[in-house]
Amino acid sequence: MTSLTSEGPMRTDITTRLKHHGGLVALAIILLFNIVVTPNFLQAQTLAVNISQVATIAIVAMGMTLVIATGGIDLSVGAVMALSGALAPLIFLSDFGTAYPALGLIAALLFPLVAALVCGLFNGVIVAVLRVQPIIATLILFISGRGIAQVLTNGNLQTFSNPEFSYLGTGKILGFPFQGWLAIAIACLLFWLVNRTVFGRYLLAIGGNERAAKLAGGPVRSVKIGAYVICSVLSGLAGLIVVAINSASDAARNGNLMELDAIAAAVVGGALLQGGKAPIFGAILGAVIIQLVKYTLLANGVEDEVALIAKAAIILAAVYIQQARKE
Amino acid sequence: MLDQNAFDLRKYISRNPQSVAVWIALFVLIGFGLLRYDNFGSAYNITSFLNYNAMFIAISVGMCFVILTGGIDLSVGSVAAFTSVVAAYLSPYGIEVAMPLAILSGVGFGLFNAICIVYGRIPPFITTLATMLGAKGGSLVISGAQTIAVDWGSNFTQLGMEKAFGVVPWTIVIVGILIVGLWIVLEMTSLGRTILAVGGGEDASVMMGLKVNRAKIFVYALSGGCAGLAGVFLASGFGAGQPLEGVGWELSAIASVVVGGTLLTGGMGSIPATVAGALLLGLVFNILNFENGKGWISFSAYWQMVIRGAFLFAVILFQTRVMNRRSTVEFAK
Amino acid sequence: MAPLLAMSGIKKHFGGVPALRSASLEVAPGEVHALIGQNGAGKSTLIKILTGLYRRDEGDIQFAGQPSFLSSPGEAQSAGIATIYQELNLVPLRSVSENVVMGQEPRSFGFMINWPEAHKRTRDILSRFGIEIDVTAPLGSYSTAIQQLVAIARAVSMDAKLVIMDEPTSSLDSSEVEILFGVVRELKSSGVSVLYVSHFLDELFQICDRVTIMRDGQTVGCREIADTSKLDLIAAMLGRDADEIAAEGLTELAGGKKAYDEIVLDVDKVATGPRLTDFSMTLHRGEIVGLGGLLGSGRTEAARSIFGLDHTTTGSMHLNGKAFKPSEPSEAIRARIGFLTEDRKAEGIVPHMSVRENLTLALLPSLRKNGQIDLEREKKLVSEFIQKLGIKTSHMDQPIRELSGGNQQKVLLARWLATRPDILILDEPTRGVDVGAKREIQAIIRNFVDEGHAVILISSEFEELVEGANRIVVMHEGKAVSELTNPGITENALVKALAHHEDAAT
Repeated sequence: MTSLTSEGPMRTDITTRLKHHGGLVALAIILLFNIVVTPNFLQAQTLAVNISQVATIAIVAMGMTLVIATGGIDLSVGAVMALSGALAPLIFLSDFGTAYPALGLIAALLFPLVAALVCGLFNGVIVAVLRVQPIIATLILFISGRGIAQVLTNGNLQTFSNPEFSYLGTGKILGFPFQGWLAIAIACLLFWLVNRTVFGRYLLAIGGNERAAKLAGGPVRSVKIGAYVICSVLSGLAGLIVVAINSASDAARNGNLMELDAIAAAVVGGALLQGGKAPIFGAILGAVIIQLVKYTLLANGVEDEVALIAKAAIILAAVYIQQARKE
Repeated sequence: MLDQNAFDLRKYISRNPQSVAVWIALFVLIGFGLLRYDNFGSAYNITSFLNYNAMFIAISVGMCFVILTGGIDLSVGSVAAFTSVVAAYLSPYGIEVAMPLAILSGVGFGLFNAICIVYGRIPPFITTLATMLGAKGGSLVISGAQTIAVDWGSNFTQLGMEKAFGVVPWTIVIVGILIVGLWIVLEMTSLGRTILAVGGGEDASVMMGLKVNRAKIFVYALSGGCAGLAGVFLASGFGAGQPLEGVGWELSAIASVVVGGTLLTGGMGSIPATVAGALLLGLVFNILNFENGKGWISFSAYWQMVIRGAFLFAVILFQTRVMNRRSTVEFAK
Repeated sequence: MAPLLAMSGIKKHFGGVPALRSASLEVAPGEVHALIGQNGAGKSTLIKILTGLYRRDEGDIQFAGQPSFLSSPGEAQSAGIATIYQELNLVPLRSVSENVVMGQEPRSFGFMINWPEAHKRTRDILSRFGIEIDVTAPLGSYSTAIQQLVAIARAVSMDAKLVIMDEPTSSLDSSEVEILFGVVRELKSSGVSVLYVSHFLDELFQICDRVTIMRDGQTVGCREIADTSKLDLIAAMLGRDADEIAAEGLTELAGGKKAYDEIVLDVDKVATGPRLTDFSMTLHRGEIVGLGGLLGSGRTEAARSIFGLDHTTTGSMHLNGKAFKPSEPSEAIRARIGFLTEDRKAEGIVPHMSVRENLTLALLPSLRKNGQIDLEREKKLVSEFIQKLGIKTSHMDQPIRELSGGNQQKVLLARWLATRPDILILDEPTRGVDVGAKREIQAIIRNFVDEGHAVILISSEFEELVEGANRIVVMHEGKAVSELTNPGITENALVKALAHHEDAAT
């Protein structure tokens, strides 16, 4: 029921404020905690490490935000990262790649993204055309995608030294990591897409009320497929960045559990699981919070495994608060 | 008037085309294996096949109950890994202690899921995804990220080797009891029918005055317990608690459930067909192993994942086609 | 005799809007009691309070001599109140037996369901109603009529003292209605009370003992059915004098009705599936054509076929003389057709979005400029429509869910008017809006038609059809069966036309 009671204005004022700034409050608390507790937190080195890590989460989380905005979910993002990350070194380490380094480099950047695009098409078609629930549809690639990556590399770690390619993960512009710029550029592009284009308007309408969007002439299928494709391509890009950072591709670990980070970042950033909202910059904020929690635990000697549990708790808490707010 | 209580095979087939299809596929595959490979029908292959697949059958029937209510449990693999570690630690006290406590720890995860879903109103896939992560973290913490060897001196490892009445390994006996027990629960008890009703229409079930929450709590606890049992089998079969195992198990379980004709949206499904689905998926791998042995093809372990996904995909394609056809037929009436 | 049910002084608000001001209801044991009123009069709210779905703000309920404070359908069921809803609350995937016995299944050994006994019990009850079916088959494989009777069978098996039937005949054909009446009489003779909610007044005279009339959230009368007439009841429901109704109109739809010759839409023998098997109609410029028929007669399906929501299997359509076969709503929209849905919540509004975004949803493709939405033009357009239609909103960026039903409906109407359609299909355009907004919406529609456009109007409120439509195409069981032409249509004539085909069907 819509509440139009007399106490309305006061209450909505406070709740909307909290709603809009809850993430920022959490961020401030974590930052303060770190400044006080974590040694060397306020150093350029720390900042650079965190930005280079957060960029991949943010890029995937922005794609996830679009998918969640349609009322869907994409569990396959981590697997797509692994796949695209495995393909790139295969290409520039191949005979062709070593013979024509420039062409090899372009192919190594393009081909994995095309493969990711195909993955997105696959997900999108199963969801939008076959009308299978998104969890099940994307579960297929969640497992198989990584399997394919491992089959391609025979499960081997591929190490390489290719400075041009590694620029993607280690380069700096004005002292700020390249992938940080990339993430910001993508955010601006997606923000425009969501808020100013017909595609974006339909995307939100579909998540808000799919039947209404269809009745108003909305191209429901293609918009949904589009969201999954964008999410996959961004995941593929993130996979390339991770490989570039490490100068090595490990299909078993690249993007492992990324779907959880991305969902958590999107939800913390204000995406509604029922769909209808796509806060792009919220996703970045969410990614920063997730990364900082990880870093805080790590820097203060908490084991990786415990950090997993903490992350699980954050996801549940964020969704719980969201549900509670709705009711 | 006809005696409507008598079993009518034709009616059964027309109402459960997919259940019938999965049984036929299973027998065709068995026939193929028997003809093609010498040792396929050997007692050794049969026992080791059933022994290995017992854990997949266990999580599949648990998953079947969850899916029947229209939910999903993505945490089964991690929970099984966790309970395998618990079981390994408890193995010195013997199977009598280790098994119930390990299963109980699985039920604990299941109850946690249930509470979040029923009372916290958090969607099942988010809840169980988080539990998947939490259980994984938990098992790495308690194991120190190492496999935990079981106590070979106790009777714990005998679970898969010692045979009940000298014929069938205990693992298989336990799974058999589980299957029959859950089959009875689903078909013959009001709890089972409530579970089906919830999946068929949750609002309608509330309006009918059924105990919807109780049914939902039960299925998640059951799924956790089944994952717990699978963890016990894992530890006893491989002689160690395996904190890193269980990746992709939820996919196998979901595929087994769906291939057996259970609707992903809930409300309709069958336990025996789910077991058949699990056996079918296991058999695909068994036959691939034999092919590997023959040297015709060579599959690395990584193919397992790809095949699991492809299998689920094939099943979904089949089910959407069958369902589309069926829904138009029902509409026509 | 003491009444079985006595409700008095019931009040209920939803967020400041009163749904029930002062409602009362008394049902005697073994009585068939009718509850009537227009849409929005508060009938369903009253029933939901009785069955524990809503909590009352004020008032007193006595059931079987006890004060009653039910808080869930389950409690109502065990107290002896069973409800057969319009949208059936059964599980179609499960068997007939399960749907009847669930919750009180016969058992052996204390925990095992005794299936033979369950099937037998189900068959026994159904055969009391004169129905012999395979009770092990999924409920969903039977017709709506059978499903409805199964719902009643469930009520009987639960030993209900009061059975509430909400529009039970709305999707039944006349032979099925007879079976239902038989069941109602059977219930009555075994001492069960029935609360019968229906729009079809003729039915009440066949089976009811008394009738309670509601209007605007209040109970305005309770009469012996034998002492009243149909016109009496209609007057009481509308709050008008019976003579006044005969003299003047009730709606704002009435207007110039001249002859038209330019055909804009010609539908010839279209079928889309079992619910629409043979539909033909023509629509002229400047004309309102009504689709008359009962719920489930194929009215909505006919509209859906024209809008490209259901694919035509046979037959043809011509739009302005050219062949027209839309496969998507977007095609129909491009051909300048609009479709106002009957289900505002489920298919109309996007609740999170603003008035502005909702209003331009169907218009988006033509608002595109340089790859993005032309916000300037959008805002200008929206403020024009807000002014023109008198939409009450604090700001065009206010979320639409915060608006009243009538204003939401106006936004949706504006959504279609903004696309400058030639043809508007309006499915229950004034359902669930208050009287003031209703007249405003009707005036907007009249204005639209007078500008030389055309409207296909579907309405359960007969006076809208009778006064507004130039012609009414009467539908029955998925077929267009006859046509009435204004002037000369009266409510009686329409009811007769519907009833005639009801009888003809048997």
